[in-house]
Amino acid sequence: MTLNLAENIQSQTRAEPRHIQLGLHDEQVLEMYWHMLLARRLDERMWILHRQHEVAFHISGIGHEGCQVGAAMAMQRSHDYFFPYYRDLCFTLSLGLTPRAMMLALYGKQGDPMSGGRQMPCHYSACELNIVSVSSPVATQIPQASGVGFAIQYNKTDQVAVVCFGEGSTAEGDFHEGLNWAGIFKLPVIFYCQNNQYAISVPIAREMPVKNVADRAYAYGMPGVMFDGNDFLEAYSATKLAIERARRGEGPSLLEAKTYRPVPHSSDDDDRTYRSREEVEFWKKRDPILLARNYCIEHNILTDDKQQEFENRAREIVDDANEFARSAPYPPAEEALNGVWGELPKI
Amino acid sequence: MPEITNIEAVTQTLQSEMRRDPKIFITGEDVGKRGGVFRATKGLMEEFGEERVVDSPLSELSLVAVGIGAALYGLRPVVEIQFADFIAPAFNQIVQEAARFRYRTNGEWPCPLLIRTPYGGGIGGGLYHSQSIEATYSHIPGLYVVAPSTPYDIAGMLRYALRVNDPVLFLEHKKTYRLIKGEVPADEYMIPFMKADIKRVGNDVTVIAYGLMLHETLQAAQELVHEDINVEVIDPRTLHPLDQDTILSSVKKTGKALIVHEDNLTLGLGAEIAALIASEAFEFLDAPVMRVAGPDVPAMPYARTMQDYFMPNAEKIAAAVRKLNAY
Repeated sequence: MTLNLAENIQSQTRAEPRHIQLGLHDEQVLEMYWHMLLARRLDERMWILHRQHEVAFHISGIGHEGCQVGAAMAMQRSHDYFFPYYRDLCFTLSLGLTPRAMMLALYGKQGDPMSGGRQMPCHYSACELNIVSVSSPVATQIPQASGVGFAIQYNKTDQVAVVCFGEGSTAEGDFHEGLNWAGIFKLPVIFYCQNNQYAISVPIAREMPVKNVADRAYAYGMPGVMFDGNDFLEAYSATKLAIERARRGEGPSLLEAKTYRPVPHSSDDDDRTYRSREEVEFWKKRDPILLARNYCIEHNILTDDKQQEFENRAREIVDDANEFARSAPYPPAEEALNGVWGELPKI
Repeated sequence: MPEITNIEAVTQTLQSEMRRDPKIFITGEDVGKRGGVFRATKGLMEEFGEERVVDSPLSELSLVAVGIGAALYGLRPVVEIQFADFIAPAFNQIVQEAARFRYRTNGEWPCPLLIRTPYGGGIGGGLYHSQSIEATYSHIPGLYVVAPSTPYDIAGMLRYALRVNDPVLFLEHKKTYRLIKGEVPADEYMIPFMKADIKRVGNDVTVIAYGLMLHETLQAAQELVHEDINVEVIDPRTLHPLDQDTILSSVKKTGKALIVHEDNLTLGLGAEIAALIASEAFEFLDAPVMRVAGPDVPAMPYARTMQDYFMPNAEKIAAAVRKLNAY
């Protein structure tokens, strides 16, 4: 059932640029590129703020921007449900989370809309955007997404739920149970694995006995689709097809974006202890933003001037968000006691 | 008023609530066609269809997780865990997810999930069909734990639970399912959480008990009348958070307190209630706070002799009350 999507697309008409074949306008491609670039600059700043001891923690999405922006573009923002995981900075930015909100969460400052300063950074949440809060134990969001899929089916809407996770998460029982439910009930859920080949330090051969996460789809009665996760257009294409399938009531899909994390797992990790610099350098040449930039230049979507304008704008936005969060107050200490229970119903 | 059993109270209330609110659906193992292994959902699939009474795969973790997702979306899921003993695979989803969604999103994502499960022993259920799980889950802020023990309380609290905007663990003592009968009015009354009930008024000793132990306590109290000992019986009904006021005012009146539960002794509900009494009613006490509870063994054994040895009962409760009364 595993499809090689790249070949499918290329075997179609070779004359038209891929994004046109996929039904994307130049402006949409440029928007995707912009989100990738902004996410990268924001992410880089967060690393710096950690190294400057401004903040306690950061967990990065660098290297994942291609598969994230592509998938996000295929979704209907604020209509579909999204269950992020901690690397989804670019994904949630593309769905409408603001850099200021992300910086407030990074600093744990008052008004942090993700958790009010309760969670560590990069635990994304935005109720108004249907972005569901994520915790730290991995894979817990996977069967919850099946629950939203169940509710969508129950309410008979055309929404879908997209849930992200790393390949390490697929060793958890939550992964199995979530896909099992979705497969049985043909739920409109897209299981979106960002396979960066490492669960912190453990390489993929120690995470699972099969070569591809997508191979596992067979056991759950759904298509398993893998693609180059550093190619934003492949990510868009695969997600679009899976979403259309789900909206038609044909059930869930398991997508596997093959990608790489060229940075340590988190601000507390040192990846030199478990992988070679040569390997990392090899993948840096396959950087999704670099590939997207080349594509845009090749098809006259991006000019040097535009690139410079984007860089300037990104710098301004990141500076603004950084300063906004830095100067914001911390939540009052006793705020720790609030938000445990809701109001009880009146009798 | 008609008399019904505890389990009929569950079934009838679920039925009337599902008629009221189309957002309510039930899922669990064997809840549909079979109507539940205890028959708690008997007839509901016939009335509401397979879409609202959903037979699930054998997967407690995802039963709760799917319930969480549906609750976040805005539905009112009722998840049945077939036996409380089987809830452990869902621990992470209940404790770290359902109970923390509100807190971790500063109120943005409430999680109104109702989990019903039969608990408790005395039915030959051995280690894995007899457990009491209330202490484990009563340690969790953000999760209501309720254990109503009469048809009247079950109906009133189940109705209330389906309007609460937080996760609720609704414990039903399986031995009382058909053993306990009582009158239930036809109107759709509700019993709020965190309101204990004085099941019997007395002056000599306060006994705090719930579940099957409530009924064993009431029986003990009946017998102790002949010895001129007048027991006040408090049913907390909501185990977490506790109705502290009702417990404390009773203890302040009697000066003597006994807590009874089937769950094992160490760090059980009794420990928390004893600590509450010690810190808030110390000057009123005429005797040490006592506990009658299951022994600290992993769970209830199967053999009849060992099971009976494990279970607190009216006799053991009466003996403890006599001791307290004489103190």
